[in-house]
Amino acid sequence: MSDIRNSNPGGEDYEPQISASGVDAVGLAAGGSADPLPGEDKSYSQGQLVARRFFRHRAAVTSMIVLGIIIVVAFTSIGVGSIPGWWPKDYTLQYDKIGDGAPTWAYPFGQDTGGKDYFALVMRGTQFSLIIAFAVGIISTVVGTLIGALAGFYRGWLESILMRMTDVFIVIPLLVIAAVLGKTASGWGILGLALVLGLVTWTGLARLVRGEVLSLRERDFVLAAQAVGTSPWRIISRHVLPNAVGVIIVSATLSISSAILLETSLSFLGFGVQPPDTSLGTLISEYQAAFATRPWLFWWPGLMILTIALCVNFIGDGLRDAFDPRQNRTKD
Amino acid sequence: MLKFILRRIGASALVLLGASLLVYVLTINSGDPLKDLRESNDPNRATLIAERIARMRLDDPWYERYWDWLKGVGGCFTGNCDLGVTVNGIDVATLTQQAASSTLRLVTVATLLAIFVGIALGILTAIRQYSGFDYTITFSAFLFFSLPVFWAATLLKEYAAIQYNNWIAVGQYAPWTIVIVAVLAAFVLQAVLGGTTKRRLITAAAVFGFVTVVLFVFNALDWWRNPMFGIGGVLLVSAAAGVLVTALVAGVRNRRALYAAFTTAVVGVAAYWLTAPFLVNQPSWLLLAGLFVVAVVVSVAIGAAWGGYARKQSMLVTGITGVITSLMVVADILIAHWASFLSVKSRPISTIGSQTPNFTGGFWEQVLDLGTQILLPTILLTLVSVASYSRYTRSSMLETLNQDYVRTARSKGLSEREVIVKHAFRNALIPITTIIAFDFAGIIGGAIITEQVFGWKGMGALFQDGLNAVDPAPVMAFFLVTGVAAVVMNLVADIAYAALDPRIRR
Repeated sequence: MSDIRNSNPGGEDYEPQISASGVDAVGLAAGGSADPLPGEDKSYSQGQLVARRFFRHRAAVTSMIVLGIIIVVAFTSIGVGSIPGWWPKDYTLQYDKIGDGAPTWAYPFGQDTGGKDYFALVMRGTQFSLIIAFAVGIISTVVGTLIGALAGFYRGWLESILMRMTDVFIVIPLLVIAAVLGKTASGWGILGLALVLGLVTWTGLARLVRGEVLSLRERDFVLAAQAVGTSPWRIISRHVLPNAVGVIIVSATLSISSAILLETSLSFLGFGVQPPDTSLGTLISEYQAAFATRPWLFWWPGLMILTIALCVNFIGDGLRDAFDPRQNRTKD
Repeated sequence: MLKFILRRIGASALVLLGASLLVYVLTINSGDPLKDLRESNDPNRATLIAERIARMRLDDPWYERYWDWLKGVGGCFTGNCDLGVTVNGIDVATLTQQAASSTLRLVTVATLLAIFVGIALGILTAIRQYSGFDYTITFSAFLFFSLPVFWAATLLKEYAAIQYNNWIAVGQYAPWTIVIVAVLAAFVLQAVLGGTTKRRLITAAAVFGFVTVVLFVFNALDWWRNPMFGIGGVLLVSAAAGVLVTALVAGVRNRRALYAAFTTAVVGVAAYWLTAPFLVNQPSWLLLAGLFVVAVVVSVAIGAAWGGYARKQSMLVTGITGVITSLMVVADILIAHWASFLSVKSRPISTIGSQTPNFTGGFWEQVLDLGTQILLPTILLTLVSVASYSRYTRSSMLETLNQDYVRTARSKGLSEREVIVKHAFRNALIPITTIIAFDFAGIIGGAIITEQVFGWKGMGALFQDGLNAVDPAPVMAFFLVTGVAAVVMNLVADIAYAALDPRIRR
């Protein structure tokens, strides 16, 4: 390992500076050791270090760009709500069919059996799936962090109750409780669905955060804060959680990718998004019988789910390596 | 230890109780159980509604219904399970028995396969970190756990099943296909085996030549339609497996273990030759299970007899070799029956159902039928789990390979095999056990989707139909099976944990 270490003066989180050879994470295209070693006379803050490591992870950066393009296109092309987009065709209108509806220049994703523009439909499904996935990610992260932090910090009866509650949720297969709740909430629109999905996917994060907080609360800086009379709430929010932020951010990212798979699976089974709303999962379930005759109706939404989930997973991997680079030092 | 296990069982039972209450309440509130009747135009609608209300006891408060369900489940301990009735008045306990067998078969096969393949891939990628092989597996793993299962299932149906069925009707490879397959095999194996450039080239050339010759010979023999393996093949593969197992467990320099493995392979094949008439002509599951137990006992005994100073290791080696030899024997018989199976069922891999309805054929043809039906869902479930297991194993292995005790082991001159198998892998297994146990419930959940796509009438269908009809009994039956399976798996993980990590055995 390199000897160049820029410590964070005074910080209790001493973080060794990583040499160029050790930075490239599990990404696909390793390399990039050409640029000079990070300035030896300059020190970096914790955030800067993390950002530098993240931007060296080529797969993660590529995924971020691809995901950004997908999000921008999905929201601007057909517009959101009453705001119109730049795509000239509407997803509700049936157009004259060209041939059997195979992809052409006018209809890049083809047309469905009734002549609707499939590009507009897929974009609408992508919008809905993305909204649900991000909402689920945020809700489950907030709930999981809160429960994990409370249980880990206060211990005692509160921890017993919260952790037994987590166990109860964990013992029910995720798809089962999500399907039961999704069926209940499917009448409440997509945000209702996102809410209930968020309320069942926090369990893993709660356990992780609790474990992290359990070890952090014994550290000296927490003791010091308690000694000067800091309130528990302030200790949690200012001293404990910022030190667990790596675990939380990585888990939040990965929960987005599992949320998109969960939502599309539920919609495929018929317990998720209900017509007239549409998501990538409902599109697949609607057109799966058409696979032999109109394969494009089947390929596009599936590829969209795959691309989004893959991008989010790679970003999560990049973040994990950026926050916790220990794993990449085995061989150097 | 016993106290620890009992305490875990008690805690799990309480958690299960709470979860069952939650699922029950959520299910009965998830919709209107009379919806389809309210919308029907049947003249005797009112009687039908009254009938259903009486059957589902909709007028009783929920806690009374839940309590009665709980009492029915409690009856399972005394041998008379009562899981209630469905909307149509069918007994759920019988339904569950039928459904659970096919689902648990699927899930068990997929889990076992995923554990073997996932852990093996994880170790290989950890040892060859940052190689082309590592990047390929890493990318595939990410791809597979980003894969929407229901979408991949349809692709698999089209490209694996239908195309294969079209191809097997002829059963001949075109020359250029053979070349492509050989090139791919050569490329993959040189990446896995690694070494210097020269060694890689030799590996690739050897694999390419071998695969090409074998495939052309198979074409000439029409092997894909009339496959055979033969007793010689069984012996060869079993002996090779013996060498491999010895190399992994004891090291080939341990001659006692090696000879013990060879003896096991020879004895196994001899036993096959002796029992073949019964096995092929009057088979039954009982006979197979009995012979398997005998095979394992005999193999371990051979290990004990040969062992000497390395008795424990030899017994492990011969035990594993014995299991592999038994599997090879069954594989040989199955392969020999493939031709007659094809004559009964000309499109072997079907995309619907867990078994072919009204299938006529002998015992071995029926086994083949079950196998070809389970093939696609298993591949699908396995792929997703393999992806996560291989990643967890890889990171866990990297963590342990970084530890000081591994460096110590290397510096005191242990062989690389001993360092990896005994020092790194054993310790890396500890976190993996937890994840596998944790994942089991997830696999059963994934089976809901797989079963729906492949048209199996399993637990998934039971759950889905029950939920659609707002009918708690089948949903609760599904929950009961998955919940108990999850608790049992966690218990197994706890015991494995204690075996792996002496610190928690107190």
